[in-house]
Amino acid sequence: MNSLPLILTVFVACAVEATEALTIVLASGLTREWRSTFQGMAVALVVLAIVVAAVGPALTLVPLGALRLVVGALLAIFGVQWLRKAILRATGHKSLHDEASAYLREVAAAKAATVTSRRGVNDWYAFTLSFKGVLLEGLEVVFIVITFGDNQRNLGAAVIGAAAAVVVITLTGIAVRAPLARLPENAMKFAVGIMLTSFGVFWGSEGAGVSWPGNDASLLGLVPVIALVSLGYTALLRQADRSAGPPVRPSQEEVASS
Amino acid sequence: MKRLRAIGAFWYDFVIGDDWRVAAVVVTALALTALLVHAAGVNAWWLLPVCVFAALGWSLRRATVGPRP
Repeated sequence: MNSLPLILTVFVACAVEATEALTIVLASGLTREWRSTFQGMAVALVVLAIVVAAVGPALTLVPLGALRLVVGALLAIFGVQWLRKAILRATGHKSLHDEASAYLREVAAAKAATVTSRRGVNDWYAFTLSFKGVLLEGLEVVFIVITFGDNQRNLGAAVIGAAAAVVVITLTGIAVRAPLARLPENAMKFAVGIMLTSFGVFWGSEGAGVSWPGNDASLLGLVPVIALVSLGYTALLRQADRSAGPPVRPSQEEVASS
Repeated sequence: MKRLRAIGAFWYDFVIGDDWRVAAVVVTALALTALLVHAAGVNAWWLLPVCVFAALGWSLRRATVGPRP
């Protein structure tokens, strides 16, 4: 019975980390490609298992701050770019399908080249997003298990709490996947941009040495603030367009998808 | 050569995206945050969000000057 508080504490702490990983995986799978997303997730889990088996408790010496800084910076950059595109599409400044530009043709050719040179993964963007999210959060789950389990001299109970959290969050992810997939494409990309930016800002700042007010709970404030600012920019652009006179409006399909 | 250029374009698009200024602002803001935290002892949690909002607004402003597609 003495193990119950430890199991519950580890369960809650690990559920927070697993939810963060799930958000990244869902974002990547729903907006990019599921196969590459699952490949990224699987490779991250294998890397995690190898690292844990190789170094065990010494894993707590890994410079998590540096890892957060790099992953956070990349996610913040990705997130702002996604938000930028989603806002431009929602306001009619960018068409939904703009693959005709020479630059994007070149990028598409490179993607094709990359597919052949790195066989097995169709979408490296989805793979990398998923890999980074799962590896970083997985490491944090392992840290929690080792720290709590070691302090209480009950590693088994800590492992049970962590495993239960991962199972519950995974089942939740499977349940919400289908309803999320029915959302309009640009609305989904807008939401993903908000989540990537939020996690990027959170992890990047932590990696730079910041202590967020309320720790992980500050994400609950960061997400709506970033959403509100993005919606504000969208409203401002629409207002500016109305003031500037009748523009070339996007098609009905684009409006419906935004 | 064409293949190298294509791979270069892919990685630029992958990491930097449409507007390199966004990446520059994020990296600079993180460096400033680290400096404030470690050198001045200021818990500058607010700096990166503010810079990200400014970068997004600046990038949108630049993208919306000119004709629509």
